[in-house]
Amino acid sequence: MAALLTVENLRTSFTTEQGLVKAVDGVSYHVGANEIVGIVGESGCGKSVTQLSVLQLIPSPPGKVTAGRVLFEGEDLLRLETKSQELHRIRGGKIAMIFQEPMTSLNPVLTIERQMTEALEVHLGMSSRAARERCVELLGLVGIPDAAERIDDYPYQFSGGMRQRVMIAMAISCQPRLIIADEPTTALDVTTQAQLLELLGGMVKRFDSSLVIVTHNLGVVARYADRIYVMYAGRVIESGTCTDLFVSPRHPYTMGLLKSVPRLNEPPGKKLVPIPGLLPDLIEMPPTCAFLPRCRYHIRECEEKPWPMLESVREGHYVSCFVKPEEDHHDG
Amino acid sequence: MDGSTRGYGMTKHGHVKETRVKAHASEFRRVVRVFLGRRIVIFGVVTIAGLIICALLAPYLAPYDPYEQNLSGALQKPGFNHWLGTDAVGRDTLSRIIYGTRTSLMIGIVAVAIAALIGMTLGLIAGFFGGKGYTFIMRFIDAMMCFPPILMALILAGILGAGMKNVMFAIGIALIPAYCRLMCAQVLSVRENDYVTAARSIGATNIRVMIRHILPNCFPPLIVLITVNIGMAILSEAGLSFLGLGIEAPKAAWGKMVSDGYLYLRTQPVLSFAPGLAIMLVVFAFNMVGDGLRDALDPKLRGTL
Amino acid sequence: MVLLLVSLMVFLTMRLLPGDPILMYMTMRDVEGSSQEQIDNIRKEFGLDKPVMVQYLRWVSGAVRGDLGTSILNRSSVSAELKRRVPITFYLTFLSLLLSVVVSIPLGVISAMRRGSWLDTLVTTVANMGVTVPVFWLGILLVYVFGLILKWLPVFGYTSPFTNFWVSLKQVVMPVFCLAVFSIASSMRQTRSSMLEVIRQDYIRTARAKGLKERVIVMRHALKNAMIPVVTLTGMTVRYLFGGAVLVETVFNIPGMGRMTVDGILAQDYPVVQGAVLVIAVTILLSNLIVDLSYGWLDPRIRYD
Repeated sequence: MAALLTVENLRTSFTTEQGLVKAVDGVSYHVGANEIVGIVGESGCGKSVTQLSVLQLIPSPPGKVTAGRVLFEGEDLLRLETKSQELHRIRGGKIAMIFQEPMTSLNPVLTIERQMTEALEVHLGMSSRAARERCVELLGLVGIPDAAERIDDYPYQFSGGMRQRVMIAMAISCQPRLIIADEPTTALDVTTQAQLLELLGGMVKRFDSSLVIVTHNLGVVARYADRIYVMYAGRVIESGTCTDLFVSPRHPYTMGLLKSVPRLNEPPGKKLVPIPGLLPDLIEMPPTCAFLPRCRYHIRECEEKPWPMLESVREGHYVSCFVKPEEDHHDG
Repeated sequence: MDGSTRGYGMTKHGHVKETRVKAHASEFRRVVRVFLGRRIVIFGVVTIAGLIICALLAPYLAPYDPYEQNLSGALQKPGFNHWLGTDAVGRDTLSRIIYGTRTSLMIGIVAVAIAALIGMTLGLIAGFFGGKGYTFIMRFIDAMMCFPPILMALILAGILGAGMKNVMFAIGIALIPAYCRLMCAQVLSVRENDYVTAARSIGATNIRVMIRHILPNCFPPLIVLITVNIGMAILSEAGLSFLGLGIEAPKAAWGKMVSDGYLYLRTQPVLSFAPGLAIMLVVFAFNMVGDGLRDALDPKLRGTL
Repeated sequence: MVLLLVSLMVFLTMRLLPGDPILMYMTMRDVEGSSQEQIDNIRKEFGLDKPVMVQYLRWVSGAVRGDLGTSILNRSSVSAELKRRVPITFYLTFLSLLLSVVVSIPLGVISAMRRGSWLDTLVTTVANMGVTVPVFWLGILLVYVFGLILKWLPVFGYTSPFTNFWVSLKQVVMPVFCLAVFSIASSMRQTRSSMLEVIRQDYIRTARAKGLKERVIVMRHALKNAMIPVVTLTGMTVRYLFGGAVLVETVFNIPGMGRMTVDGILAQDYPVVQGAVLVIAVTILLSNLIVDLSYGWLDPRIRYD
């Protein structure tokens, strides 16, 4: 089964005053057709930068994709010229992206109609009247009341949740094969989050697309994702299906993440267990495992060898860690 | 790790404090580094330094006495004796330009100082106490902004008469609106901040709040405004002198020199051009320094000043 | 609200000018060293013997009817004189504004989009230098090069475009250019930095992610947003243009309103100055109003205030 999108060994760095920041340091993943893939990690682990790199949306003076391939429908997206027709057709048309900040992701001086119809006009060649009708439909689909009137409004007249719905509508409007949602609900309150994710999941099924959902919220991926990748300090450190990761996580980081989530069925008064320490400095990364200083299971090998490669632990479940499951962990 | 606030976890109280102090020092260093990062800015700083030296050491640098007239040697072309030639009454142009540095710099600085002091006080009062004071002051400023600054300076100079002190005052007054508005805007935005309320709630008096909280916030845009205004003030002075309402006769002022030289344009273009170039150089230097300061202190200000 | 401002501002105009009784004496002295009785008579003639408030009221009531008084110096009607000269200055100013907008905005946009290219460096350098040039000095320079040396363009004078279009055009090229330089330079800088700021915004990233072409992004998404500060600047430019007009008209010997104002100030001819300044101030007020209105068109968030 050929994957829809395959990212191979992607590397992106940023030149800053303090030095070269390796935001993405050898990331590989793939997305199949009609699949929902979750990418999880802390802030600063490089998950957003990875997605932006796929569509060549990294701002170029400080940032640059230094290596890797992104295969989509037989082409390497990174090889496409920034100004090429191809890339423009794919962006929005075949691969659509939803961003994190609904408050600033829409142009404040243009109407919603203008911002939605332009994609349809460009990618599907629709006339402005047809495009408008379609957009009204879409807005209704995502749950905007009075769509026919509200389409002429400006972004400031919508709340954050509604703006994000508009973004979703914009993303699905050209029926892309892949939607990338970069922390789509982080800036919203919990109830809205739930609604929006349901909506997104529903849309993806309805239009037969695949979805990559980037988030730091484990609950989200638990509910919706088929497969999950866990990222840390610019690399993927564990990947597998939902069940693999939640039932038998292997990487100490993943385990730490799961442990730090408060659960309803725990006795009240039980202390939350955070992962001690902070993210490493992405400029001066040691050659060894980046999680080492915060890891409670580390062994001699971890201090001596360079960062481990992803190894298969089970069918479809990969981990980048030297500590083997046979060894005794302090807690399960 | 030195100077940075990231680390592998800070657990001791002392550690945290030390990092904060380091942060202040490194912030200052960062500002200086960004400021001196562009060659143009360094050029500006060096030029200004040079001008100040020129102004202070004018008597030693100028080859001739700028007031000394020598009618028989009038209107000489630039040559070995007089590098930039002489003017209509035989005064050495180069010396007059060097002495002109004093006039221009002094006017620039004093005028801007006047504008800043008065403008900021007005802005502070307007912003802080609000109500009628605010309305009155802001309307007044609005009215002032309906006049071209040069024209206003012109009128004031017309009333007060020519002469250096009056010119400084006139230009200073004309530049007030910008400072007043800046200060007022700052005060209004800071006043709403929670930390001001917090300070008040523990009994800080109005004046204390003003000094400790509001003033420091104003410094970045203020400094930029001041440097840019100095250049503008010098240009205005030149304009006023050109029109005849500026510095009085024997004193060496660049604007007046340009105006005087206009009559002899055909034969002695240097008389008009040289002082003009001097003006441009000074204004350019101040502008570049102003740009550099703005980039260093708050890049968010780009395009607003 | 606007009317209140106008009346306040006019009030202040009056306050600022004849605020000094000493001036009255000096003016009287200027009009021939005559006997006290003659002086008193002339005073009475101009109503200057009445208290200032009364003078003000008389003037305002006259102004509303279109009569701006009589010139002390040459006894002609101020309104008539203005009628002749205002169009000239407006012609100059308007052309300069047009030139400024047409040149600076496209160049500013292009240089922002091609940041770091040779074009960008050229534009930035020119802009940085353009704001330092003393207007009158540039005028003299142009006169020298194009008038005296190359003899391409006439050195002074003014002809209405309606009488002789071609001559008028040649005469007006240099003054308009001079006048426009400062505003072209500052608008270029402002447009460029505005655009750079806008390009960094999230919504531009969204537009890119939708697969829109670069040109569409610039024209449709970026420009409107970037224009807001530029429009503010243009409003301020009008102020400077009128100030610069004063200087340019002097250099190029153009019989416009600016010259009239300067002459009036030098001769302390109140009615003349008052009338001219009133016209200028009202024009600037109107242009500020237009700027305010255009904000509403550019930024829908402001509309529903």
